[in-house]
Amino acid sequence: MTDTPISPAMLAGAAAPVPKEETPFTRFRKAFFEDKVAVAGLILFSIIVALALLAPLITPQNPYDLRSVDLMDSRLKPGSVAGEGFTTWLGTDGVGRDLYSGILYGLRISLMVGFLSGLIAASIGMAVGLIAAYAGGRVETILMRIVDLQLSLPAVLIALILVAALGKGVDKIIFALVVVQWAYYARTVRGNALVERRKEYVEAAQSLGLSNARVVFRHIMPNCLAPVIVIVTVQTAHAIALEATLSFLGVGLPQTEPSLGVLIANGFQYMLSGSYWISFFPGLALLLTIVSINLMGDRIRDVLNPRLEK
Amino acid sequence: MQGPVIAVENLKTHFLTRAGTVKSVDGISFHVNKGEVLGLVGESGSGKSVTGFSIMGLIDPPGKIVDGSIRLNGKELVGLSEDEMRKVRGREVAMIFQDPMMTLNPVLRIDTQMIEAITAHENVSEKAARGRARDALARVGIPSPDERLSAYPHQFSGGMRQRVAIATALLNSPSLIVCDEPTTALDVTIQSQILAEMQQLCAETGTALIWITHDLTVIAGLAQRVAVMYAGRIVETGPVDALLDAPIHPYTRGLLGSLPSAGVPGQPLMQIPGATPSLARLPQGCAFAPRCTLASDVCRTLAPESLAHGQDRAARCHHPLDAPKVAA
Repeated sequence: MTDTPISPAMLAGAAAPVPKEETPFTRFRKAFFEDKVAVAGLILFSIIVALALLAPLITPQNPYDLRSVDLMDSRLKPGSVAGEGFTTWLGTDGVGRDLYSGILYGLRISLMVGFLSGLIAASIGMAVGLIAAYAGGRVETILMRIVDLQLSLPAVLIALILVAALGKGVDKIIFALVVVQWAYYARTVRGNALVERRKEYVEAAQSLGLSNARVVFRHIMPNCLAPVIVIVTVQTAHAIALEATLSFLGVGLPQTEPSLGVLIANGFQYMLSGSYWISFFPGLALLLTIVSINLMGDRIRDVLNPRLEK
Repeated sequence: MQGPVIAVENLKTHFLTRAGTVKSVDGISFHVNKGEVLGLVGESGSGKSVTGFSIMGLIDPPGKIVDGSIRLNGKELVGLSEDEMRKVRGREVAMIFQDPMMTLNPVLRIDTQMIEAITAHENVSEKAARGRARDALARVGIPSPDERLSAYPHQFSGGMRQRVAIATALLNSPSLIVCDEPTTALDVTIQSQILAEMQQLCAETGTALIWITHDLTVIAGLAQRVAVMYAGRIVETGPVDALLDAPIHPYTRGLLGSLPSAGVPGQPLMQIPGATPSLARLPQGCAFAPRCTLASDVCRTLAPESLAHGQDRAARCHHPLDAPKVAA
């Protein structure tokens, strides 16, 4: 508590209407910014996203354009000058791609894959969890047993098999990541929805004659969003790491569209011959991305968890 | 309009649980006329709320209406499909709940919740619906309703929220409102304001009310007729004054005696010994017999039928208290 002196105006204002701007979102925003570590995470993450979005404008080379890549530039040390005349501050990889450019373009793909798969998985998982909790009975049993089955298998294994079967490509890897993620959302949302649907406002909504779809998606769903937002942050970081893992294993994205995982994998074979930078810098970028998301995620979880409220 | 707004005949709502059949409501009959307030009184677990939910068609499995009929304006509600029931709910019969802190969705604004209550039943523009929501808020005495419409529930006090709930129930001018202890969670000054407003609204609109409560003092000031429930049955019914002045059933007398205002200062308060029996294992005979001071052998073997005691009054008791006696 801040020790503001109690003025007569405050006492009189006890019955006055609460300021209108006080919405759940503004309260959340205020609580989030109280934590300096989380703000640092947000700043770092914003810089990473900005760099990724601005990649074509601020990189000396387009790593997707094979004509701009010169094999003569391969494995240049950080700080060397490439054949085209620009300085490669982070060195070049085995085929002469500028790593700084490669990392920014790679970030674009990694972030997009992470977020898209997270959003799609969250939508599917939420729908499944809500329907299971609201319908109950056999519908719930069948849906939740599928979720159990899904969660009992290791995520990397399922993703590996799916990508191996479907082939390479951004769309395929997003599909694979959705398949391994949706069940987390379904389980969490069902747990929350079971609690919410016993609350009186659900009965009140039903007593107004609203349709089931409206009660579920308009009334129950917004009350289950808090944990979903928390999982989205955790799962997005997880998805980015998983995509890197798959690409590292050689089943993720093609060499022509390097993500961070592909870049790390490319450098791996040169590790012991002294060209540490080819793997090191993409790895560092991956680490910073995931850490920044997790720093924000921790704070979001603290703020949205009603049990941790002061 | 001819006939009562709602007529409930021999309604039985049972819950088929693993521990056995719980007869929450076991053969109750009553009716409410236009503009009339019926008080449904009973202890926790006597089946009064289940009665309300049965009328709303909101009994969730394993609960089920196993027998009886509920006629709303002459239309049978038992056996209606979920879709047909949804059209009745909120339009012809509305419900107001006990805890105003819980009945409004915390994440939706008041206007959102009120407008959808209208658009669920009528094809009106959002603007028209908003206007009606505004008028309803004004009618239940909410100051500056235009501003209040776009507020969130947490910006309202308990009494204000209950007013919002009442305004929402009134939106589609239902012919019956089931009120499930709507003033229990409020402090007494707010309670009396809300009671007065409900009474006035009913008189103006001709809406019938079923007022579910355990508080006889509320009933005394509000209802015209009372039905006292015990263990899933109506044990006594009658006009409010007669019933409160001269109860026929020992249970009603016990309820009246346990009001703190009826006690002598300094003396221990009266109470009914024991607790309501488990509805899954009701005793043979009269369900109240184990707690009744007048119970005899016949009470423990034979369940009493509902007998008329003079005009408008009835009770289920083998040993009715001093009331106009009628040959059985």
